[in-house]
Amino acid sequence: MRRAVILAVVAALGAGLLAGCAEDSDEPTGSASNGGGGGKGRTTLTVGVFGAFGLKEAGLYDEYMKLNKNIEIKQTSIERNENYYPQLLTHLGSGSGLADIQAVEVNNIAEITATQAGKLVDLGKTEGVQKDAFLPWKWAQATTKDGKTIALGTDIGPQGICYRKDLFAKAGLPTDREAVGKLWAGDWNKYLDTGKQFKAKAPKRTAFVDSASGVMAAITGSNENRFYDKDGKIVYKANPAVKEAWDIAAQFATEGLTGKFQQFTPAWDQGFANGTFATVSCPAWMLGYIQDKGGAAGKDKWDVAAAPKPSNWGGSFLTVPDAGKNKDEAAKLAAWLTAPEQQAKLFAERGSFPSAKAAYSLPEVSGAKHAYFAGAPIGQIFSKAAEGVPVQIIGPKDLIIAQNLADIGMLQVDQKGRSSQQGWDAAVKAIDNALDQ
Amino acid sequence: MASDAPAAAPSQGEEGAAPRDRSDGAADDRRRARRSRRYRLDVKWSPYAFVAPFFVFFLAFGLFPLLYTGWASLHRVELTAPTDMEWVGLRNFSRLLEDEFFWNALKNTVTIGLISTVPQLLIALGIAHLLNYRLRGSMFFRVAALTPYATSVAAATLVFVLLFGRDYGMINWALGLVGIDNIDWQNGEWTSQLAVSTIVIWRWTGYNALIYLAAMQAIPNDLYESAALDGASRLQQFIHVTVPSLRHTILFTCVVSTIGATQLFGEPLLFNGSAGATGGADHQFQTLGLYLYEQGWVNLHLGRASAIAWSMFLILLVIGAVNWLLARLLSKGA
Repeated sequence: MRRAVILAVVAALGAGLLAGCAEDSDEPTGSASNGGGGGKGRTTLTVGVFGAFGLKEAGLYDEYMKLNKNIEIKQTSIERNENYYPQLLTHLGSGSGLADIQAVEVNNIAEITATQAGKLVDLGKTEGVQKDAFLPWKWAQATTKDGKTIALGTDIGPQGICYRKDLFAKAGLPTDREAVGKLWAGDWNKYLDTGKQFKAKAPKRTAFVDSASGVMAAITGSNENRFYDKDGKIVYKANPAVKEAWDIAAQFATEGLTGKFQQFTPAWDQGFANGTFATVSCPAWMLGYIQDKGGAAGKDKWDVAAAPKPSNWGGSFLTVPDAGKNKDEAAKLAAWLTAPEQQAKLFAERGSFPSAKAAYSLPEVSGAKHAYFAGAPIGQIFSKAAEGVPVQIIGPKDLIIAQNLADIGMLQVDQKGRSSQQGWDAAVKAIDNALDQ
Repeated sequence: MASDAPAAAPSQGEEGAAPRDRSDGAADDRRRARRSRRYRLDVKWSPYAFVAPFFVFFLAFGLFPLLYTGWASLHRVELTAPTDMEWVGLRNFSRLLEDEFFWNALKNTVTIGLISTVPQLLIALGIAHLLNYRLRGSMFFRVAALTPYATSVAAATLVFVLLFGRDYGMINWALGLVGIDNIDWQNGEWTSQLAVSTIVIWRWTGYNALIYLAAMQAIPNDLYESAALDGASRLQQFIHVTVPSLRHTILFTCVVSTIGATQLFGEPLLFNGSAGATGGADHQFQTLGLYLYEQGWVNLHLGRASAIAWSMFLILLVIGAVNWLLARLLSKGA
């Protein structure tokens, strides 16, 4: 009897340990190795992505497999790009462990284009790729100086401002999305002013915006110049556009207009669920996130209006590593996945906004309405934003600069109550250390 | 090995000289010679083959990475091009001396280590003492003590992040009941370190308690009986009998916990939500492990990360030396 109990307990603990291990091991398994045959003479293509990329969820793999009976597609996903990207670099460095197609985030694309082009297939020459279908700046971001296009754009992140109609109404502000857009049209400072108006009559324990860092990301996304200049020099310290974005965002914090959240943390999610802030800078891909976290209680309370200025935040690319065994098939698949029709489907299913301009006139995009956001015509709102987004100069260390500005500097101002100058100095110090200067 | 060759040679010579009708006997001889040779080889080399897997694995996954990390720490290496190494000598180490982020991480590691290890071991000692009594369902309590240890760091930490939440955390809710305002656990220097320590304490206390329990059961009962006859209370027995007998065990757990604290990584990483390896807006709970990770896998500087790894290794060697000294003092004292 006693022995049986012990055995049962040991078994239970063992199972717990195994479960613990399984939880951590969401890494892509050796994909290049099983390249040749996926059983029954089919070719298995593997796709490595980060986060909820949506290609699979939108049914695009299934459709492609139906069209090409000899192809089987498997996807491996790593939740966060911070964990995904270093692994991709190590795999590229060693030429093993790579999936046939690897996704790359826009903040990393400049570094990949500059340092890894030799290890990636030139997709510009792949059959079926229509250069003219893409937004020119999206195409340019993944093209090397000598004209090799190493990645095809999937989505981009044109932004609107998502806002809570119920909180706006309580604070005596208009709730109609046209009228709301007019409150701040053309100037981020007007967004700040609206915040002050909101605060004057806001319901208790609610804030105008989720975080100062989010505001800063939105403003820097509306500038042509950001952290690098045309010659590839790091200029964020002296760039007036960055300084202006910083100052406006810092005022949100010092005026007490923010919910003092850090984005993509559990507390932030709870903020959505409890409706503690009225607005959030909202790239197209954020709509699905808000719907997930806001839940049924938020339905029809959220709406989306145009941002003060057209702005871009995020977006991704697909690359095909040279080391893969099925390069040609993989390139074909990448071309198909990023073709306008498929991008339109991805938008209809998942809200990832197409980087293929040709998709904007397709009915899936032009007629798109979002039921959760009070039926907002998101296709039109985001198309308009996307066409107004400036051609942004991006550099290899954009991610590190943006991250430290947000998670060190602006967060200190927002959450720890430091002065704007102290926050800026802390961010600069951290960035200098990170960039080895 | 060399002794086998002469043994083989005569048999071959014999074969050449042997007449045809004796070929059967010669084959027998040869077979026997071969068998004995094999037997000798077997006796001599099999033991090495049996222990080889350990050494092969140790070389491949222990010694080689250690040495290669040391080699990399003397170079400027970036993760974007791991094969391009540029020799910089001890530069990566000397810059650590003036790197305030490194010193901050070292300081945090020490303070978090202290406020997690000390209470942890004291509580473990108390729990072990309780479990050492005859009590109903002792097996259940022993397993229960070990369950936190069997939980994955990730799962435990994510739950603690929710408990320590600023706006909707259960701990702030409980404090609110007694009139204490919401505490921003993650942003304060002490509060965040305390929260991280809590996770460590929760996970490791039971584990240490079981080690103490095992040692306590080896203490002869006579000591307790005679102490009881002398009129010592339970507490006095604990202080004057149990603790002195556990000296070596306590030292062992101190060392193991210190090493664990030096390498603290998962808890502070995940306590930061999804914000990664910064250890808070002000690096207020960035440990050495996190800083190493940030340098290597966020900032992609493999050379600098290797230097931090080796510095941590050296710190552990110092801890090991201190332990050895203490152990010698203790055994002299005994």
